[in-house]
Amino acid sequence: MNAPAPARLTLGPLLFHWPPKRRRDFYHRIADEAPVDAVYLGEVVCSKREPQFGPFFADVAARLRTAGKEVVISTLALVTTAEEIAAIRDAAAGGALLEANDVACVQLLAGAPHVVGPYINVFNEGARDFLVARGAVRIVLPVEMPLASMRTVAAAAAPTAFEVQVYGRQPLSVAMRCYHARSHALTKDHCQLVCGLDADGMTATTVDGVEILTINGTQTLSHGYGVLLAELGSLREAGVTHFRLSPQNLDMVRVAKLYRDLLDGRLGAADALPVLRSMSGDVPFVNGFLHGREGMRWL
Amino acid sequence: MSPGYLELVCPAGTPAALRAAVDAGADAVYCGFRDCTNARNYPGLNFDPDELREGTAYAHERGCKILVAINTFPRAGAAEPWHRALDQAAAAGADAVILADIGVLDYATRRHPGLRRHLSVQAAAANAPSIAFYRDNFDVKRVVLPRVLSVEELTALIGQIGIEAEVFAFGSVGPMSEGRCFLSSYLTGLSPTSEGACAPASHVVYLERDGRLLSKLGGTTLNSFAPGEPAAYPTPCKGRYVTHGRASYLFEEPVALNVVNMLPELKAAGVTALKIEGRQRSKAYVSRVVGTFRRALDALARGAPAAVALDELKLEAEGGRETSGAYHKGWR
Repeated sequence: MNAPAPARLTLGPLLFHWPPKRRRDFYHRIADEAPVDAVYLGEVVCSKREPQFGPFFADVAARLRTAGKEVVISTLALVTTAEEIAAIRDAAAGGALLEANDVACVQLLAGAPHVVGPYINVFNEGARDFLVARGAVRIVLPVEMPLASMRTVAAAAAPTAFEVQVYGRQPLSVAMRCYHARSHALTKDHCQLVCGLDADGMTATTVDGVEILTINGTQTLSHGYGVLLAELGSLREAGVTHFRLSPQNLDMVRVAKLYRDLLDGRLGAADALPVLRSMSGDVPFVNGFLHGREGMRWL
Repeated sequence: MSPGYLELVCPAGTPAALRAAVDAGADAVYCGFRDCTNARNYPGLNFDPDELREGTAYAHERGCKILVAINTFPRAGAAEPWHRALDQAAAAGADAVILADIGVLDYATRRHPGLRRHLSVQAAAANAPSIAFYRDNFDVKRVVLPRVLSVEELTALIGQIGIEAEVFAFGSVGPMSEGRCFLSSYLTGLSPTSEGACAPASHVVYLERDGRLLSKLGGTTLNSFAPGEPAAYPTPCKGRYVTHGRASYLFEEPVALNVVNMLPELKAAGVTALKIEGRQRSKAYVSRVVGTFRRALDALARGAPAAVALDELKLEAEGGRETSGAYHKGWR
């Protein structure tokens, strides 16, 4: 068996709606201090948020590139308007590597190299092969996929790269309706961007008091942080090449350093876990999906 | 079908429901095999290959089409049931298959080029470039549009896609982009996308506590009902959750989608077919809902006012309340 490919650490797109200057400062610090190989910029959840960060985008991308990071532009998970389609077209024309999160983006790229994001279903070799033949150079596997399936999909397909989210709340659904707005008795068209009030998302609790889901505008995430630590070795053996950290409202530079140490063998999972726990307040950790179980479980 | 004719596409979870739909005036009936290859994989439902062949013959003798839903996503290394389902649908003489997975679409295009392909709502194709991807690569002839678009958006979209559009007319309101919702598997470990069952009954429990009825899915409480309050089925997107200290139907109220009052608007939007949901419902339900829509569509075709007993549909509606869902923009 060949040695596993070098493990790349990536910072996934920021899913939450942070104030633009805070977002800029976050990425500046990532550029300067975080040992990640690639950073995904761009809005995945809601196009109404995009204009706010727009003026900072080019500066942040340049700073990241100067720091030696690969910049990937993530695109919307649910595209419906002509403006949203035009924005993808413009991004594609700019020549940067795009992450397609709606099949529309794959179509608009017309065979140009791209990343297939986790919001496009690639559950099997048939879908993988079709998309690779049309320009997919890296595939971010669905959040729900168990390790057994990854062993099949991520195997024997070099030079295609495979990415898995190993840290952060897991995206569970996208919708046209804005639940953040709805919880504030507003509608999406008149939302006042209330999603910006919750830098780590808004907790939805069951009627008997269990924190279960996190609302992020039109997106629903797991309440638990998805955390894969002891599983990193198995993922590498399965053919996973890229390991995604999804930004949460805490010290992501520290999280990145910790995962870099894990992937490089300088730190063990048992030592990393208490560090992550100490940073995460009361938020539970989950890893059930990878083990083929309830996603909300911690095994 | 003549241009402007609105085709009525009706559900069948059993051979009896299939015959009921045909007899009540369905133009097409959709159904699936009794396994994980379709998105309504519930116990006691669906068809084996012999039943599908007999059902297809019954429908064809009466001028009705059969559409076979093979609309889940195969697990890695295990596509054989999906391939077999395609082969069996073709052998049964089905008029079209309804597909979602890119790998399954690719197989169907290569293996059964003459078998008409529709794009399932599970593919979540909600815009022109996405639909063009499936049209250009797999020669898809019809798209079942997600329940997330307003009538204005539908009209604009249908004008751009160059293939037929089918929309949901009656049934439940799906607030999430379908085919990529992992809420149920987050709670139960069973995947709607690969196993075809959202909120499987095996994981549902009702219990009484302090005079209230709790509904649970996979151990997570999704609702609490006062005495006498109708207890809806615990689907994750139809539960009550607490935000800002207040319990509410955060995603969607317990309401049914009903567009019987919007038929002229949908026809004007260029819609080809109306889909009635309910493969898990009884043949009596199928009979009544299909019959009501048949009369409404016949009246529309004659240019007569829609002489529909709205109360008749209200009885069938989930929670007894109705909505036009995303078709009106205020829903968002």
